[in-house]
Amino acid sequence: MPAVSKGDGMRGLAVFISDIRNCKSKEAEIKRINKELANIRSKFKGDKALDGYSKKKYVCKLLFIFLLGHDIDFGHMEAVNLLSSNKYTEKQIGYLFISVLVNSNSELIRLINNAIKNDLSSRNPTFMCLALHCIANVGSREMAEAFAGEIPRILVAGDTMDSVKQSAALCLLRLYKTSPDLVLMGEWTSRVVHLLNDQHMGVVTAAISLITCLSQKNPDEFKTCVSLAVSRLSRIVSSASTDLQDYTYYFVPAPWLSCKLLRLLQCYPPPEDGAVKGRLVECLETILNKAQEPPKSKKVQHSNAKNAILFEAIALIIHYDSEPNLLVRACNQLGQFLQHRETNLRYLALESMCTLASSEFSHEAVKTHIETVINALKTERDVSVRQRAADLLYAMCDRSNAKQIVAEMLSYLETADYSIREEMVLKVAILAEKYAVDYSWYVDTILNLIRIAGDYVSEEVWYRVIQIVINRDDVQGYAAKTVFEALQAPACHENMVKVGGYILGEFGNLIAGDPRSSPLVQFNLLHSKFHLCSVPTRALLLSAYIKFINLFPETKSTIQEVLRCDSQIRNSDVELQQRAVEYLKLSSIASTDVLATVLEEMPPFPERESSILAKLKKKKGPGAVSAGELEEGKREGGEVNGWEVNQQKSEPSQENASSLTTSPSPTPTAMHLSLTSFFFPSSLSQSTPSPSADLLGLRSAAPVSAAPVSAGSLLVDVFSEAGPAASTAGVNDDGFLRFVCKNNGVLFENQLLQIGIKSEYRQNLGRMYLFYGNKTSVQFVSFSTTLKPVDPLVEGGAQVQQVINIECLSDFSDAPLLNIKFRYGGALQNLSLKLPVTINKFFQPTEMSSHDFFQRWKQLSQPQQEAQKIFKANHPMDTEVLKAKLLGLGTALLDNVDPNPENFVCAGVIQTKAQQIGCLLRLEPNAQAQMYRLTLRSSKDTVAKRLCELLSEQF
Amino acid sequence: MQFMLLFSRQGKLRLQKWYVPLSDKEKKKITRELVQTVLARKPKMCSFLEWRDLKIVYKRYASLYFCCAIEDQDNELITLEIIHRYVELLDKYFGSVCELDIIFNFEKAYFILDEFLLGGEAQETSKKNVLKAIEQADLLQEVSHHEGSRFVD
Repeated sequence: MPAVSKGDGMRGLAVFISDIRNCKSKEAEIKRINKELANIRSKFKGDKALDGYSKKKYVCKLLFIFLLGHDIDFGHMEAVNLLSSNKYTEKQIGYLFISVLVNSNSELIRLINNAIKNDLSSRNPTFMCLALHCIANVGSREMAEAFAGEIPRILVAGDTMDSVKQSAALCLLRLYKTSPDLVLMGEWTSRVVHLLNDQHMGVVTAAISLITCLSQKNPDEFKTCVSLAVSRLSRIVSSASTDLQDYTYYFVPAPWLSCKLLRLLQCYPPPEDGAVKGRLVECLETILNKAQEPPKSKKVQHSNAKNAILFEAIALIIHYDSEPNLLVRACNQLGQFLQHRETNLRYLALESMCTLASSEFSHEAVKTHIETVINALKTERDVSVRQRAADLLYAMCDRSNAKQIVAEMLSYLETADYSIREEMVLKVAILAEKYAVDYSWYVDTILNLIRIAGDYVSEEVWYRVIQIVINRDDVQGYAAKTVFEALQAPACHENMVKVGGYILGEFGNLIAGDPRSSPLVQFNLLHSKFHLCSVPTRALLLSAYIKFINLFPETKSTIQEVLRCDSQIRNSDVELQQRAVEYLKLSSIASTDVLATVLEEMPPFPERESSILAKLKKKKGPGAVSAGELEEGKREGGEVNGWEVNQQKSEPSQENASSLTTSPSPTPTAMHLSLTSFFFPSSLSQSTPSPSADLLGLRSAAPVSAAPVSAGSLLVDVFSEAGPAASTAGVNDDGFLRFVCKNNGVLFENQLLQIGIKSEYRQNLGRMYLFYGNKTSVQFVSFSTTLKPVDPLVEGGAQVQQVINIECLSDFSDAPLLNIKFRYGGALQNLSLKLPVTINKFFQPTEMSSHDFFQRWKQLSQPQQEAQKIFKANHPMDTEVLKAKLLGLGTALLDNVDPNPENFVCAGVIQTKAQQIGCLLRLEPNAQAQMYRLTLRSSKDTVAKRLCELLSEQF
Repeated sequence: MQFMLLFSRQGKLRLQKWYVPLSDKEKKKITRELVQTVLARKPKMCSFLEWRDLKIVYKRYASLYFCCAIEDQDNELITLEIIHRYVELLDKYFGSVCELDIIFNFEKAYFILDEFLLGGEAQETSKKNVLKAIEQADLLQEVSHHEGSRFVD
């Protein structure tokens, strides 16, 4: 039985709780609960009207059962009834039940709101508070609609009791957070600010949270709060510990209110009024001074409350970032905490110092603590503290201490917790690049990183080292030598093999003079790793081999032999087999000149923001790294060692620039479609393109420089089949919509350029051929598209072909955008076109009987699963044309399904990588009215809606 | 504050208060994940941890863990003392509170919390004022209970 049952105990409830506690197993508990639920249900359904006490007791039991984690599907009405009881205890339980189990049942909400309304106007403060608590706990939009106007009046009315004001303030805050549009500013706002002056500390404590939230959104309207807050703070800070009576907490005067005041001030810049500012600086100094005084109590509550204020004051000092003296004092104070015996304080000091490190006034002061922080990274027992230390080291790093910090981070990585390794790797990679004075140090660092934590080195990191090595010829020889040495280790990480394969393939010649790293030795070393590697790495190695044949003709026969053996040329993996076949052929038929051109050294990569930084930002949220990053940029003149500190998102690497997911102008579609494209006018192009992007762009890069395009080599001339299209400027909505029900035709045409499309789709994959035809007799120069590099010159009258592979990852509405740029007679032409990739392209037709069709139709009967449109016919209502269009859509056209033979019904399944989405369609023509009614049902609402939009433009 | 959870060393949830709208499913998922994370931590560890995009502040009192989720801008130390003040309120009200009091009088634990925190913000930090409000309510209960018992007996 219970220890105590204060106030009004409910015996039945206590017995029930005891029973549950005595249950030996989960099954027994469920049995007991079901028994109780049956009992309560019968009581609620019984003829005998229940008295208030029983109703309260049963509602309370239901609540208990719900809180145990079981579902409750009845009792709401009884709880609502309790709200209108005039017995406080019953009302209270009713409100508690409603607060915990909100039900969006509109009928109930109306009843609940009625009861609340009655209590709010009862003028009984206890009832009013109950009602306000309920609104604050539920905070639904319906409640905001009903009460957002009323509560401000209660809050500022002269005769409202203090306790009601407190509840009203926080209740309004909750409504403002959920439905800001419903809480209208008005005459009350100025009076709310003056609550900061209220005599009752509780009222100030509650009101200030509301004021802070409102100030963030409407700073101008509330700016008078700054001086009020400063004077209130000043009074608290300078008060003796006994002045505030019960608002003093373990000898600290009003810690909660102080923190909230300091927090409010962080919504504004430093006060302009000199007197106010002086007073505030005085407060901040007093708070810093108090930290040095001996504690008034040994209790942790005392020091926590005191330090809570101190940390909030430091946050304000950092926010102002204008008082060097205070910043340095703050830093010294935090420095003391770094060695405090309380783990909590060490954690917070590390966290807070991280933001101090980005201020120019305190950056140097923070740096003096480097040894302590490094020590924390090595010795803290709690991983969350070590994480903070790593963050701080990252934030305090600059050119003067980069080598030390990177070295410490690397050595920490050897034993670092798995949970933070990936982030640490990114940080090391970024610091190494950012502060690299000599690039050999950079190469060493990254290779060490791969050696120590290879599993956590993401693609971005090793892409980046390759980009940098390619762009800096002073480091290429060193990189080749170092990676060659690293590969000698008996067990080396696959990422090392990737970097090694790429770098030796490009720059192996720089170390080939040394007999210890002669071409054959290099090749044998790489090939000794081959069999242990995954398919993508092997593919990369094969590309390295063909580059070897070009660099070192003496290796040709050895490598050809490798390529020729069954395990390559008959490999079950298509990609590997294809590479082996192509490279073998290339090496045997191409002349050395052709080979040299095809396998020319990679051109330098355009400089841009490091993809690694973008990744870290994504991982940590924008605030976490950008502050320090931008600060650094500012200090060193915007560009650091070829690093553009650039907020604009650009593609992470040239290697996968072809993927639209990372293209410079991401459209919403980019989330859903990944396109890989390449351009293949040479003989290589006849082979099957792989759906996976060529990791290192060898295939795409090589042919571009290899063979110019001529109009004569085109395989398909699509222009002959399509009539001339109206020329459109900018976005091609007309052209785009014409492709919903067909796959081939002219996408765009103007006086200069014609773009033809041929496409084919299977399941969730597709391939699209784009033909760019120069209609003029003048050459286009600097021709480029966002898909993938093409030959920049398009001769007059010539046509250029591009092929893209498409994979539908999940359903989407917006089409990918294609940007085309070129110069014609000196003028820059810029076109932006929607690629005609629509969700219906991934339809698989589904045949089904009438019975099946209607059964499924009924299963999809939720309102959001259906999209319907009634529209006027734009074209003659020809049955055969309609059928052709519906078939072109990709669905199966089902005969004898609809009872009305005039109607059309179709069924299909959209294949995406993520899921399959079933869709049913019904088109009802009305010949007299020249109207259609189109209905779509789909297991996914966005799909039904999108198909309906697309199709309603087709008939 | 986004939510507060009280759970036992065995991982049984004793009180849950949510100040942001979440589905029941989401609440259960969060609870499961957090209970597991916090229980796995060793006694001397720091009371704060990053979790998703929130900061978790927790403290153990006897067999019960008090765990709050706050936002990035919120103050960890003052949140620790919010927990402590709540414990003091419970202690004063029940007289040396223990886990059983909260199990058997869960509704009271909720009422006290509502007087102290509302919408995730401190409403009244004076111990005296909060207890006065609760005691007044209890007084009202006793009166009505007497009225109620007259009918039944």
